[in-house]
Amino acid sequence: MTLAALPAADEAIRPAIRALIERAIAGTPADIRARSWLGFDAAFSRELGAAGFLGLTLPKRYGGGERGAFARFIVVEELLSAGAPVAAHWITERQTAPLILNFGTEAQRNRYLPGICRGELIFCIGMSEPGSGSDLASVRTRAERTGSGWRVNGQKIWTTNAQHSDHMIALLRTSGSAEDRHAGLSQMIIDLKAPGVTVRPIVDLTGGAHFCEVFFEDVELPADALIGREGEGWKQVTAELAFERSGPERIYSSVVLLDAWIRHLQASGRADPATAALVGDFTARMGVLRAMSIACTAQLAAGESPAVEAALVKDLGTSLEQQLPIAIGDDLAAHPDEPVDAELYRTLMYVTHIAPSFSLRGGTREILRGIIARGMGLR
Amino acid sequence: MNEFIEPFERMIETIATPALVRAVEHGMDAASLWDVVAASGFLDALVPEDRGGAGLSPAQVHPLWLALGRHAVPLPIGETMIARYLLAMAGADLPDGPIFLAEARTGAECVISGGLLARHALVEADGALHLVETASMAPAPTGVNGSLAARVSWSGPTRAAIGAAPAGGLRSLGAILNAARIAGAAARLTGMATAYANERIQFGKPIGRQQALQQTLAVMAEDMVAARIASQLGCAGGLPPSPAAAATAKSVASAAAARITATAHAVFGAIGISEEHDLQLFTRRLHEWRLADGAETFWNRRLGALRLAVEMGSVDFVRAWQDAGQDSSL
Repeated sequence: MTLAALPAADEAIRPAIRALIERAIAGTPADIRARSWLGFDAAFSRELGAAGFLGLTLPKRYGGGERGAFARFIVVEELLSAGAPVAAHWITERQTAPLILNFGTEAQRNRYLPGICRGELIFCIGMSEPGSGSDLASVRTRAERTGSGWRVNGQKIWTTNAQHSDHMIALLRTSGSAEDRHAGLSQMIIDLKAPGVTVRPIVDLTGGAHFCEVFFEDVELPADALIGREGEGWKQVTAELAFERSGPERIYSSVVLLDAWIRHLQASGRADPATAALVGDFTARMGVLRAMSIACTAQLAAGESPAVEAALVKDLGTSLEQQLPIAIGDDLAAHPDEPVDAELYRTLMYVTHIAPSFSLRGGTREILRGIIARGMGLR
Repeated sequence: MNEFIEPFERMIETIATPALVRAVEHGMDAASLWDVVAASGFLDALVPEDRGGAGLSPAQVHPLWLALGRHAVPLPIGETMIARYLLAMAGADLPDGPIFLAEARTGAECVISGGLLARHALVEADGALHLVETASMAPAPTGVNGSLAARVSWSGPTRAAIGAAPAGGLRSLGAILNAARIAGAAARLTGMATAYANERIQFGKPIGRQQALQQTLAVMAEDMVAARIASQLGCAGGLPPSPAAAATAKSVASAAAARITATAHAVFGAIGISEEHDLQLFTRRLHEWRLADGAETFWNRRLGALRLAVEMGSVDFVRAWQDAGQDSSL
């Protein structure tokens, strides 16, 4: 991993995406913008698609922008630093699109990718199950062959945005049992409107409902629901998670709070050495994480799959994201005579409460460190 | 990787073997080692070509500075490179021998890394640069075991200054050098600790098979990579570095240095505390380089003051100094 610069040709995309975001979020308070990843706004995602900001890494023949990983980095950086509501396209565009491009048939690519690039088709990712969290290879939800395709029975849980999604990419067992681990797993595209599918949102500790339980009871799938090769699901999921872990999204989850706090400090005229040191610590670490994230992006752009590097950036990045609300809370509470406005307070407490999820989604801290240790030759 | 690193590293391997590092630390005259460095021409790596140097950018010199850390080099090679660049830019004569860098206040003592080995000092005082013989600053050992740092004092200039101090001061230049040396030594320590964890058997298996240790070493690798990228950022612009680049490099590298030394010692156990083990050659230096030219809080304060003075988002602030064609005042 080495320092890389964002190409000027890709940088040229920034003013247009920034202008679009500014129009969309004008007047949105910080505590709503802080939801970014979880802020669902289908109209906004379609607007991004219409303006050509989705599917930037995909070929033009599937509706993509054919611009590559750097252009996508810039768009994502702008969306996250502003706190734009990205949930309606987030997972679909980041993970599902490259998955279908890399492992799908030509028919599947033509069927799904143009709608994803327009911001119209929403996918969710069905990985976790009640008995399979970090130990993903133990999934039990099963797809059995029928005369015309597959029949699915089982349950997924913690599936983000399933209640808003058209389809799920589900990791299913197509042969063997949970004891067979990585063998016998496949990925299937499931139409969530199919008979036998029940989606039940789960209310979270912030009062929102972004993840769901999804039940499958004799759900009939056509033969072409299989994506990639039967039994190769584990390999495909691993490649997919590298996309999930390597982007700038793993460093900017708390940036709306950071900016709101800094505006508070500026308005309060507080710039003593201790305060400046805290601001400087966050700023320095964010600067290095950004450079590391761009270095990862350069590896993606070069056609590599930087799985270990992505795990490293995500663990460091989520550590900063999680320390921000704790340290900012301590700082504000250490100055009780300094009034904290209602918006900053709500932003602080929202991020404080949701922050533990930052090092759960996309692989827990312990799993990521295990991946790094394997990369070091320790496992 | 550039074509300079290979010959440089070959040279370093001959003058900074663990045995030679120990010998220099125990008082061996380092003049013959320095002659090898001087003859190599690398001391003028940063000096512009039209003034007889190689005209390399800090980004091109960065791998050489990493190598200084990776080999625990005791000689002030990096400091001398910077001093010769500044002297050449000021049109001054370049003296033979090692030169250390110091930001000094009249009448105040300070501790200078590698100071016992330097013949000359490039001193910044009241915004001006002065080249003096080290002897005029009464260098004295610090009393720290094995340390080549010197306690020096500055009693004010006796001759005209050779020029104005670079923007951000000598500390900014020392900061990017020390950040790179920290990153180089951190890489060596991470490699040593990982290899040892795979060899050392306890409870019937290598200790590296224990999840607790794997997690600790993974964090060490994160710190090592962060320090390297931070130091690359410090060296990515021209000389002197921008205030935000120097601050980011030294803050992140210094904070990482403390954790990395702690983890390295934890993995090696008692043997790593012993004098005869090479570990201490690196961990003692990491601590010295961490404190040199300001540790994390010094640079965090500077960076935080810069950040609080501008009304922009945090990502825009970082972009403003990191990305080409942006604001160079940060």
